[in-house]
Amino acid sequence: MKNCYDLIVIGGGPAGLAAALSAYENGLTDILILERDQVPGGILNQCIHNGFGLHHFKEELTGPEYAGRFIDQLEGTSIELLCDCMVLEITDEKVIHAVSPKTGYLALEAKSIVLAMGCRERTRGAISIPGTRPAGVLTAGAAQRYVNIEGYMVGKKVVILGSGDIGLIMARRMTLEGAKVLACVEVMPYSGGLTRNIVQCLNDFDIPLYLSHTITEIRGKNRVEGVTVSQVDANRQPIPGTEIEFDCDTVLLSVGLIPENELSRQAGVPLDFRTNGPKVDENLQTEIEGIFACGNVLHVHDLVDYVSDESARAGKAAAAYVKGETAVGDYWNITAGDNLGYTVPQRVHRAADGVQIFFRVRRIFANSVIEVTCGDQLLAKFRREHMAPGEMERINIPKALLAKADGDITVTAKEA
Amino acid sequence: MYDVAIIGCGVIGAATAYELSRYNLRVVILEKENDVAMGTSRANSAIVHAGYDAQAGTLMARLNVEGNAMAGPLCEELDVPFKRIGSIVAAFDDFDEGVVQKLYERGMANGVPDLRIISAEETKALEPNIADNVRCSLYAPTAGVICPWEYTLAFAEVAVKNGAELKRKCEVTAIEKTEEGFCLSTNQGEICAKYVVNAAGVYSDKIHDMVLPHAFDLIPVSGQYDLLDKSEGSRCNTVVFQCPGLEGKGVLVSPTVHGNLIVGPSAEEVDRDDTATTAEVLTMVRNRAKRAVPSVDLRQCIRNFAGVRANSAVDDFLISRTENFVDLAGIKSPGLTAAPAIAKHAVELLKEAGIDLEEKENWDGKRVRIKFNEMNEEQRRALIEENPAYGRIICRCNTVTEGEILDCLHTPIPPVSVDGVKRRTGTGMGRCQGGFCGPRIVDILAREWGVSPVEIPQDRDEAYILTHETKMGN
Repeated sequence: MKNCYDLIVIGGGPAGLAAALSAYENGLTDILILERDQVPGGILNQCIHNGFGLHHFKEELTGPEYAGRFIDQLEGTSIELLCDCMVLEITDEKVIHAVSPKTGYLALEAKSIVLAMGCRERTRGAISIPGTRPAGVLTAGAAQRYVNIEGYMVGKKVVILGSGDIGLIMARRMTLEGAKVLACVEVMPYSGGLTRNIVQCLNDFDIPLYLSHTITEIRGKNRVEGVTVSQVDANRQPIPGTEIEFDCDTVLLSVGLIPENELSRQAGVPLDFRTNGPKVDENLQTEIEGIFACGNVLHVHDLVDYVSDESARAGKAAAAYVKGETAVGDYWNITAGDNLGYTVPQRVHRAADGVQIFFRVRRIFANSVIEVTCGDQLLAKFRREHMAPGEMERINIPKALLAKADGDITVTAKEA
Repeated sequence: MYDVAIIGCGVIGAATAYELSRYNLRVVILEKENDVAMGTSRANSAIVHAGYDAQAGTLMARLNVEGNAMAGPLCEELDVPFKRIGSIVAAFDDFDEGVVQKLYERGMANGVPDLRIISAEETKALEPNIADNVRCSLYAPTAGVICPWEYTLAFAEVAVKNGAELKRKCEVTAIEKTEEGFCLSTNQGEICAKYVVNAAGVYSDKIHDMVLPHAFDLIPVSGQYDLLDKSEGSRCNTVVFQCPGLEGKGVLVSPTVHGNLIVGPSAEEVDRDDTATTAEVLTMVRNRAKRAVPSVDLRQCIRNFAGVRANSAVDDFLISRTENFVDLAGIKSPGLTAAPAIAKHAVELLKEAGIDLEEKENWDGKRVRIKFNEMNEEQRRALIEENPAYGRIICRCNTVTEGEILDCLHTPIPPVSVDGVKRRTGTGMGRCQGGFCGPRIVDILAREWGVSPVEIPQDRDEAYILTHETKMGN
């Protein structure tokens, strides 16, 4: 195996695959994808439900089918894929240290790197659910792997904490496999998942959704025997006297995703505390030249279709970087203003050919307006009928409007 | 007929078995759980205390200082993670300053090496994140942090390797005195031994009462903790104690030997098996921790846990011998530190009772374990070349390889659960808490043991993870 590549992509999930293919289409031939699992496709492999690809392929695919479309495209290209390979370290000199049973220890030099490591789930410890610590408390993703990949059920009577998409999907999946899902409990006054998942995964199966509630105690010596659910006040503190007891053997957690940036941090890539992902420009380039980031390692997406689009842009930009065609010069910062949780990118070159900005709002909006401003100057305005924290928003600012900016740019949301 | 039966395989029972395994004796350890270190030994502050806490002149004071000195060479020999990072007891007001002075004097009386009171400036130099209002602190460079369950495991493994027998899931229900010694009724039948060592932790009062008249009451006290991600591991350089008050040694903030940060414990009287955590207590623990280290980022918490200490009303361990029966009871903090010294002391007590201590010629006290994440590039290259299983990372957070998991299945005391693998290799202890590696470890164990994944427990045998096969599309 050679030890120097034009581009090394860390992660062979949807982000990494799309980035590698796009870099190839844009003229790079010397590309390596490093994937830690036995097969490419990432988390899509365990997402056997449908609903993927409506935007990207204009048809409804399952997760494995969606990943398969990209994996098939590798055929006939010069892109190398090494699975069962774990990256241990990325140095600031762009040397990648990795291990694999097939190749042994690797120290690979890369002219450019795309970070596409995805994200992990928040755990019980991160939210400190009180009580005992029996078996049967799993993240929804771990349960999904057991059920869909390994072929084993994780319980019979289930309470789900958090209404993130994986939790909602697992509510339906567990029900279809014969389990009784007693409740889906969400601490916020609104769901963290997509509306379509609330409808198709909870409502269609008569699974109650308890908004503004949380689990305040887990019971059971060896295996979960029950949980207490309490209503919470506006500060998310349990309200005494509102306790509901559930006899269950399983608690699934869908309480948020965290971009996995331990490698990025090691390489010295500056991170944004709001996204927990790298700070990037309009080309998805991090603040270290030649290192790009895309997909859930950058910010948590709602739909894989947007991951693919974003990652294609990262791959294209990596190709341009290797060819010495990257945008340079001054840039404006992009700031998340009122009611926005974050923006990606966090900055844009003044001479950029426009910019696509992703963000999430902090609360639910009905008829509303997104404003892009530069000081007192309104650069652009977008109308929305509905916005929710569970759904990622994106806006495009064309070159002509961007050119009007003469300073840092702020994006805000408000009622129309 | 055994020479010695040790009841309980926490750190005290294991260390005692380790010491006894040096001699030509038939030793059996009876452990009611399916693994060693299942009680207090796996859920504590994991500190090797310097020895200034115990009242001068007590057995506890002596065994603490002795045990502290033994930890270094032992951990070297047993390949147990141990770092002598030192500790401070920080004073924030007049009262605290008085306590620090008293602890200093007590430490000097106890023979704690290199103990000194350092100024606010020196304290801040040592601990840049300590609260600004620190007045001074008691600095004990000999204090350290250790992996308590691996310490226990290492003692037990060496004992077993040298001929001791470990019976797991073996619960003693009654003890009868016989002509030659004792006959122990267990769920695995009768076990007879000339000498009995009671190292039953929070149950040591019950065991005592099976043989002798009731002599002491244990007060099980729960300590609740937060364990923080490695991103917080360098928040402190030493073990940062606050001045002890009515709640025991008070809340500490400390790096762990694995590079995390630990915050705790609390102290509430509980039932002896009650290791639940509560929101109120953890909030209290966090507020106290912030008093000493205000910048600690508690959002980086990866796990809460609680352990129960076998406290008593006495300011000492409850160690005594009655004929051929030795109580190693009431082993509260600093029991972990004192463990190897308690074990040596127990052997002395048995000698007094007339046990014949003839040293083995071929005793082998060495233990090694491959730790991929502590190796350099060259060592890793060589290791994977020798066995490709070391090139497959199973636990991403702590960089544990399949090779290490396979290794632990062939140790003298192999694991019988996913958490057994965790305690032996470090899998699942990181920020994802086994979310990624859990299913893969179940898979490896099922494959290696030739059983269905449904048979693999999380921890105790009853802690099942999987219930049944899916419909497989049918």
